[in-house]
Amino acid sequence: MIEMKNVSKWYGKFQVLKNCATKVGRGEVVVVCGPSGSGKSTLIKCVNGLEPFQQGEITVENISVGAPATDLPKLRSRIGMVFQNFELFPHMKVIDNINLAQIKVLNRSPEAAREKSISLLKRVGLEAQAEKHPGQLSGGQQQRVAIARALAMDPIAMLFDEPTSALDPEMINEVLDVMTELAKEGMTMMVVTHEMGFASRVAHRVVFMDAGEIVEDAKKEDFFGKPRSERAQHFLSKILHH
Amino acid sequence: MFSQFDFDVIQRSLPFLWQGMLFSLGLTLLAMVGGIVLGTVLALMRLSPYKIISMPAGGYVNLLRATPLILVIFWFYFLLPILMKKITGNPYATGLGPFYSALITFTLFEAAYYCEIIRAGIQSVPRGQVGAAYALGLTYPQAMAQVVLPQAFRNMIPILLTQSIILFQDTSLVYVVGLTDFMGAAAKTAQRDGRLVEMYLFAALVYFMLCFGASYVVKRLQARYNVGRI
Repeated sequence: MIEMKNVSKWYGKFQVLKNCATKVGRGEVVVVCGPSGSGKSTLIKCVNGLEPFQQGEITVENISVGAPATDLPKLRSRIGMVFQNFELFPHMKVIDNINLAQIKVLNRSPEAAREKSISLLKRVGLEAQAEKHPGQLSGGQQQRVAIARALAMDPIAMLFDEPTSALDPEMINEVLDVMTELAKEGMTMMVVTHEMGFASRVAHRVVFMDAGEIVEDAKKEDFFGKPRSERAQHFLSKILHH
Repeated sequence: MFSQFDFDVIQRSLPFLWQGMLFSLGLTLLAMVGGIVLGTVLALMRLSPYKIISMPAGGYVNLLRATPLILVIFWFYFLLPILMKKITGNPYATGLGPFYSALITFTLFEAAYYCEIIRAGIQSVPRGQVGAAYALGLTYPQAMAQVVLPQAFRNMIPILLTQSIILFQDTSLVYVVGLTDFMGAAAKTAQRDGRLVEMYLFAALVYFMLCFGASYVVKRLQARYNVGRI
C-alpha cells in the first residue's frame, strides 16, 4: 500500500535520508525505530508529503506523493497522522477538533460529523470530554483525541510519529492500548516509536534507521531474535536493558 | 488664575465637538477594519515562499513605514486629484472627497503597521499546527482560516488594539486638510471664539481619557487572555 523507492532528502548540504526503500502492505503494522536524529520522523512525514524529498519515489495506493500533479490535500485526507505533540487545535473544543476536517474536507453534514466524532470519542473512552478544550485534558487524553481526529477521516492507513514520546510514563499505556486495538482490527500502520514492548507485541515488521539510512528491515521475530547489523544490536542492547 | 478663562465655550460648542468626535471614531473604526483586512492579506503575502508574492508586499510595507503619515495624507488629498486629471485627461476629475480620501489614506497606511503585527502573530502559531491541518487534508486557505489565523488573532488582540489607539490619535492629523474631526472641531471653535487655551486643554483631556481608558481595557484583556492558555 505504501511503497518507498530510493528516497533521499537534503537539508541544504546535509543529507537526512539516504536511499530509503521499504514497503507497508495492507493491514501491516511496521515500526520504525532508531537513535534520535536518524531521520525516522522525516521519513514518515515524507509519506504524506508534509516534508518534501528531492530524490526517489513514494507511492500510496499507486499515487505518487512527490509528483506535482498529485492532489496532496486529497491524498492526505485518506492517510491519518498522529504527532508527537498531539497538535490538537487549542482554540476549538475537542468535538470541533474532530468535526473540522470531516465537514471541510469530506463535506459531511455537521450532524453526520458529530455522530461520527461522538462514536470515536466513545471508542477512545473520552465521550465525557467532548465539550472541553484540549488544554483541559491530560497528555494521554489529548493524544487519544488526536487519534480519534485522524480516524474520523476513515483513513486507509495511519502514520504515528513518536506518539508517546511527549507523554508522562503513566499515560503511555492508555495511548498504546488504543493503537494495539487499531492494529488488531487490521489497520495499516506505520509507527515511529521507541516503545519496543509495543513493537514486539504488535508489529509485523521492524525498520531500523541510523544516520538517514534504513539499516535493517526485518520481520519482528528476526529483528528481536538476532538483528543482522551491529548497529541494530547495539541499539537494542541499549534500549532493552534499562 | 482661571478667572480670565471662559470654559463655557466648551458647553456652547458641544454639539459641534460631538459631530467631530463621531467623525474621528467612525474614521478610526473603518480604517481599523480596512487596515486589518488589508494587513492580513499583506502578512500572508510576506510569508509566502515565493519571492514574486512576498517582495511586493515587503516593498509596500517598508515604503509606507518609512514615510511620514502627514505626507501620505497630503498626497491623497492634494496630489491625487492632480494626478487623476493628468492620467484621465479630464480637467474636471476630482479626488474622492475628504472623508473617503482620509479613509483610504489611513487604511493604506495602517495596513503596513497591522501587517507586521499580524505577520508576527502568524509566526507565533507553532509550525506543527499547520502540519496537523495539512495532514487532515485541509488546503492552504482552509488551514489559514480555520487553524492559524484564529489562534494568531487571539494572540494579537492586545497589540492590535494598542495599534488602533495610536490610529485614533493619528486621525487628528486630518485637520490639516480642513476636515472637521474632533481635533478640527476643537481648533475651529478655539479660533472662532479666541479661546485657544481652553479648547486645546479640553481636547487634550478628552484624548487622554479615551486613550488611557482604552489602554486600561487592553491591559485587562491581556490579563484575561493569558489565563487558561496552554
